Amino acid sequence: MILIKNGFVYTIDKKTNRQNSLRSASFNKMDVLIDDNLIVKVANTIDENCETIDAHDKYVFPGFIDLHTHLRDPGQTNKEDIYSGTRAAAKGGWTTVCAMPNTDPVVDNISTVEYLKRKAKDIGACKVLVIGAMTKKSEGKEIAEIANMLESGIIAVSDDGNCIQNTKIMYNVMKYVSKFNIPIIDHCEDYFLSGKGQVNSGRMSTKLGLSGIPALAEEIVISRDIMLSESTGCRLHIAHISTKKSVELIRQAKAKGVKITTEVTPHHLLLNENECVNFDTNTKVKPPLRTQDDVDACLTGLLDGTIDFIATDHAPHSDFEKEKEFSIAPYGINSLETAFAALYSGLVLKDKISLSFLIGKLSTSPAHFLQLNCGAIEEGMAADITISDLQKDICFTPDTMMSKSNNTPYLNKSLKGRITKTICEGNTTWEDRD
Amino acid sequence: MNSTNIPSHSHGKDFVGRNLFDLDDWSAEDIQVVLEATKIMKEVNKRDYKKLPTLRGKTVCTLFFENSTRTLMSFELAADRLSADIVRFSANASSLHKGESLQDTVYTVDAMGIDLYIIRHSYPGSPQLVNKYTGKPVLNAGDGPHAHPTQALLDIFSIWERTGTLKGLKITIVGDIAHSRVVRSNLIGMKKMGAEVTICGPSTLMPGYMEEVYGCKVEHDLKTALKDADAVMGLRMQLERQSEGLFPSLEEYSKLFTLSSETMKYAKKDALILHPGPMNRGVEILPDIADSKQSVILEQVTNGVAVRMALLFLILGGKM
Ligand SMILES: [Zn+2]
Repeated sequence: MILIKNGFVYTIDKKTNRQNSLRSASFNKMDVLIDDNLIVKVANTIDENCETIDAHDKYVFPGFIDLHTHLRDPGQTNKEDIYSGTRAAAKGGWTTVCAMPNTDPVVDNISTVEYLKRKAKDIGACKVLVIGAMTKKSEGKEIAEIANMLESGIIAVSDDGNCIQNTKIMYNVMKYVSKFNIPIIDHCEDYFLSGKGQVNSGRMSTKLGLSGIPALAEEIVISRDIMLSESTGCRLHIAHISTKKSVELIRQAKAKGVKITTEVTPHHLLLNENECVNFDTNTKVKPPLRTQDDVDACLTGLLDGTIDFIATDHAPHSDFEKEKEFSIAPYGINSLETAFAALYSGLVLKDKISLSFLIGKLSTSPAHFLQLNCGAIEEGMAADITISDLQKDICFTPDTMMSKSNNTPYLNKSLKGRITKTICEGNTTWEDRD
Repeated sequence: MNSTNIPSHSHGKDFVGRNLFDLDDWSAEDIQVVLEATKIMKEVNKRDYKKLPTLRGKTVCTLFFENSTRTLMSFELAADRLSADIVRFSANASSLHKGESLQDTVYTVDAMGIDLYIIRHSYPGSPQLVNKYTGKPVLNAGDGPHAHPTQALLDIFSIWERTGTLKGLKITIVGDIAHSRVVRSNLIGMKKMGAEVTICGPSTLMPGYMEEVYGCKVEHDLKTALKDADAVMGLRMQLERQSEGLFPSLEEYSKLFTLSSETMKYAKKDALILHPGPMNRGVEILPDIADSKQSVILEQVTNGVAVRMALLFLILGGKM
């Protein structure tokens, strides 16, 4: 047994428990008792003669859950692998990550799903849930063996990074998936419109002479997907939403009763296109960093429930790949380790959202979306717990990154909100030694 | 020649060791110093003996990852006139095709002992990378559609030399704005020197937010754009834009946007005509105006060598 004493514990308010995703929460000084892999007691004072963690002046959160993680395993293990990726996750306070299937080979059949599950179980430092491909090799041509993969435990399907352009094929995939109770996760991008785009199409693309990715490239595919979802009844989850109009489209679709959900990344909530001005390839990402207007709209959407939760789109790339001309560097931001501190420093400390709301969007809401027995610190929940010292700084240097890669715009920068300990199913997966 | 002719700094900011990525971080005063220095270099170029010993012992490297014979010649001649040693790396004959990265290429070249780099590359931001890798000053000789500051400086000089100032001048630039590095650098430089700039071209070749980013005027009708212009610049129209679906034909383009004695009637009488070259006669400009007395197109080429001499002199700390 493990006892966590004297921390400020994330407590979901039972009285307003009308609608799961909009429950409010607060922090109360409580003790938490863990037995094996479960939380067995939460009370004002617990006395138990067992291993005790002093959480005095610290905050106790339910472990974070990421629906959008690129672990790069198998096949791209110069960037990341299950060992390093799950350790980066643990350091960032995550206890569950969902692995995107765009690896080499693509996770489009049982054997790769089983490979991921086995390896994560053997050497992982957090739980790894598997997302299967929608189409074989994510080529957008033939439907992958989704029912088979479902038996192996995939939690969703996605061709992330490869948006199906052929509407008929997308229609068939959605019609096929509609008979299983899993969502499809779509990376929405019209490739004719985005072309060779490097940054947001707007002031920055004009200024830097880089080709632009218009907001329209995302919005037009979201519109299509909404209509396909209406027609097929398929659960639709829009990945990494980035524009004001996209938020509005989803707001309207939800009002009409379409089975649609969406996520936003930390970088689309915190950074705008101006970050790209010095050609820093760590700011090159898809969808691109947009305007401040878009950033503001994403925050509004998160606050009013249009956007269901935050997901990282953790996309590691090696130094030698990012250390290139902007036009040929790969897209992606390394995010698992920085996400909480960046969001805490950039939103909570600036009074834009409350801490309890942030934790809801990092844990309670994604847990609800995936119907997992976590996302709250209550009796009977999984013992997935993240403890943070909010006063403490954290600096992200190449030496201290647990990820194999360093491609974050926060590299060598200091933020507030350090994760001091992470517990996943009762096991300590991260311990801050500073 | 007197050593006070060319100051080594403007307003306390030393020119020695500076980068020229674009004109953003060069002030109006800096540009004024470059113009004055260019005037002196132009005098040197008119002499019978055109060589100055001032950069003897310095090594300048031209890194050309894109074909541009004219710009390369102009830079190399400029360095030669100042007695610098020149090494050339051009991508066509290089290992770049074998997959060597820009970083590896630059590290290799730098190990040979280089004092300054001049880079031409199709990717925006490449000059900044060369500076990051080497710590040496870098002159941008064109990075994709982003910037071409030495071209802008020679354009500004070509106007300034005739008019004495850019303050209050109305300058119109016509053509494929979207793909033009020349326009972007000129907009920054000309605005800094006090000119009012109007840009004109088909809407499919006009990037968004130009007014907001550069403080210029945007027109799509040539006659309106040319009204009362003191100087007019045509840009090269490339045939490949047609196959990219950006405009229907060169014929239709020239019908709407060609500079000719006919359309130039809308500009001020004797307005200067500029073109960064190479020209597509009959497309963006007609011979009757390209070869007219108003045209400074060949003068621009002459001035290009002088501007580049001035920049090398200032950045490498030459002495008269
Ligand atoms: Zn994606």
